[in-house]
Amino acid sequence: MTEAIRRHPVVAGLIAFFLLILLYSTVSVVPETSQGVIARLGKPVRIVNRYKTGDQFGGPGAGLVFRIPFAENVVWIDKRVRDLDMEKQQVISTDQRRLEVDAFARYRVTDPLRMYLAARTVESAEESLKPILGSQLRNELGKRPFASLLSPEREGAMENIRVGLNRIARQYGVEIVDVRIKRADLPSGAPLDTAFERMRTAREQEARSIRAEGQKRAQIIQAEADAEAAQIYAAAFGKDPEFYNFYRAMQSYKTTFLPDAQGKTGQTSIILSPNNEYMKEFTGR
Amino acid sequence: MTIFSGWGARGRALFSDNKGPWGAPPGGGGNEPPGGDDPAGGPWGEPPKRGRSGKGAPVTSLDEFLQRGRSKFGGSPGGGFGFGGRPDSSLLMWGLIGVAALWLVFTSFHQLDGKERGVVTRFGRYSHTLQPGVSLTLPSPIDRVEKVDVANIREITLGSAAEETLMLTGDQNIIDIAYQVRWNIRDPEQYLYELAEPDETIRQVAESAMRQIISQVSLQDAMGASRGLIEARVQQEMQQTLDAYGSGVVIQGVAIKQADPPAAVNEAFKAVTAAQQQAQSDVNQANAYALQLRQIAQGEATAFDKVYAQYKLAPVVTKRRMYYETMERVLKNVDKTIVETPGVTPYLPLSEVKRSTPRGAAQ
Repeated sequence: MTEAIRRHPVVAGLIAFFLLILLYSTVSVVPETSQGVIARLGKPVRIVNRYKTGDQFGGPGAGLVFRIPFAENVVWIDKRVRDLDMEKQQVISTDQRRLEVDAFARYRVTDPLRMYLAARTVESAEESLKPILGSQLRNELGKRPFASLLSPEREGAMENIRVGLNRIARQYGVEIVDVRIKRADLPSGAPLDTAFERMRTAREQEARSIRAEGQKRAQIIQAEADAEAAQIYAAAFGKDPEFYNFYRAMQSYKTTFLPDAQGKTGQTSIILSPNNEYMKEFTGR
Repeated sequence: MTIFSGWGARGRALFSDNKGPWGAPPGGGGNEPPGGDDPAGGPWGEPPKRGRSGKGAPVTSLDEFLQRGRSKFGGSPGGGFGFGGRPDSSLLMWGLIGVAALWLVFTSFHQLDGKERGVVTRFGRYSHTLQPGVSLTLPSPIDRVEKVDVANIREITLGSAAEETLMLTGDQNIIDIAYQVRWNIRDPEQYLYELAEPDETIRQVAESAMRQIISQVSLQDAMGASRGLIEARVQQEMQQTLDAYGSGVVIQGVAIKQADPPAAVNEAFKAVTAAQQQAQSDVNQANAYALQLRQIAQGEATAFDKVYAQYKLAPVVTKRRMYYETMERVLKNVDKTIVETPGVTPYLPLSEVKRSTPRGAAQ
């Protein structure tokens, strides 16, 4: 054997090459991430590693698979959860307000044969499903008022969309895992600007009311203090109004005529009559 | 170069000789042991020389090279099992065995550090997951190992300070938000096999979950106090969704880095802050005034009470004393004019009095 190889290295090499090709076209490696449709001269005959709910990895699906060389070939179809990303859609709610919605769906090919027959490849199935997702979304969200698009009720709408989309997706052997809204924005231009304007005026209103509230509280505090001071004065001075009158007059004279803290004196001239109380003793009467 | 010319010659030889398609070419070239590039000088190099020399072509440098090569290996132009051929072939064998052994060692032993797991597939089918340490698998075409880093916490940043990411809040206001999601891999098999684009999926789910939660809270809540709550709810929502996909990923945390009003209305929000401060300062001033007023009132009342208590003990004397003391102090500092005769007051030159006053004050 080795002698033969030594004698005819080229022949041996070519034989090995053909054996390799034969092996390659007989045995295929099925990865965990793919399911395969084996087609004999274009006609699907078998499915390998088909997705089943609750399957564990390392099951009998993946691994080596044998096929008739040259006659059968394997079409690989993704087994994983894939992303169906939608173009942005303008949705008009029942109260005629616009919302720009960007959604995505997650799906998995559960029936590779149907997928193969209906669309051949996953990509072309995606292309067919995208506009359907868009129209489902528009229909479902268009039935609702704007406010409910921002509320937890939205979840119900998403579930409806999923069910609706699933009905069509099943024709492609696809199961929709879920549909979620990625973005829901006001379209730029007038709707966004009016929203900004509304926010701005709301803030202005808030600012004014805060300012007025502050003034109100300040006034109340001052008035309460005034009242309390009056009460304190009344309680003290009320004991003897006559003495208070005298006492306060004395204080008042001092304040009026005496130099203040800075030493400034008021320009005061006093003309006293001898009849004045202070001058009573002055006249010596 | 050698190979190409060799093939060409081989082709010619193939068609010229009718000994069968793969038959030995004319000359002894085929009897040479199989070899690599260097010994190929024998088997592959021979025909061109013969062919060309037969046609009377000039001797090229290639021919010289081949001849040199032949003499070096001790082979004669006739070829055959020369002495030089044998060690060459066994060397090749050993080389091949060495390469195979290296291949075996490198593809069978796997060293994983503490944060890594190795997912082993045998002919594509998931077999088992390697734990950290050194482990042994079948060599490469049979077993393949994919290393997955499970400890590394990855980060996704959505939104930034430079660019506005606007979201609608529950009260139909708009908020500019930037946040970060940290995640790592919990289950390497699921991470590898369940999702077609795991990283992109996590990003999309993060965006979706954040918008969903933001659309359920008010603007004030989103900007202020319930940030922590929002972060927790987004994390929970993301984890639920990703678990439903079987992604094998754990969301470690969501951090809102920025939650501001959009730039277009920022001024109005600042005005609110200014108003709040204004209101606060108004209240503070009122409080200060109130405090002062109260203290003064209490002080005056107390002073009055003290004096009054003494006054009660000797009313007449105290009153007179207070009167004189006060008058004394008052009149000490002012210009005084005393008019004895009653009725003069109306004729007093007031302008005189007035003029004298500043001078008196100045002196």
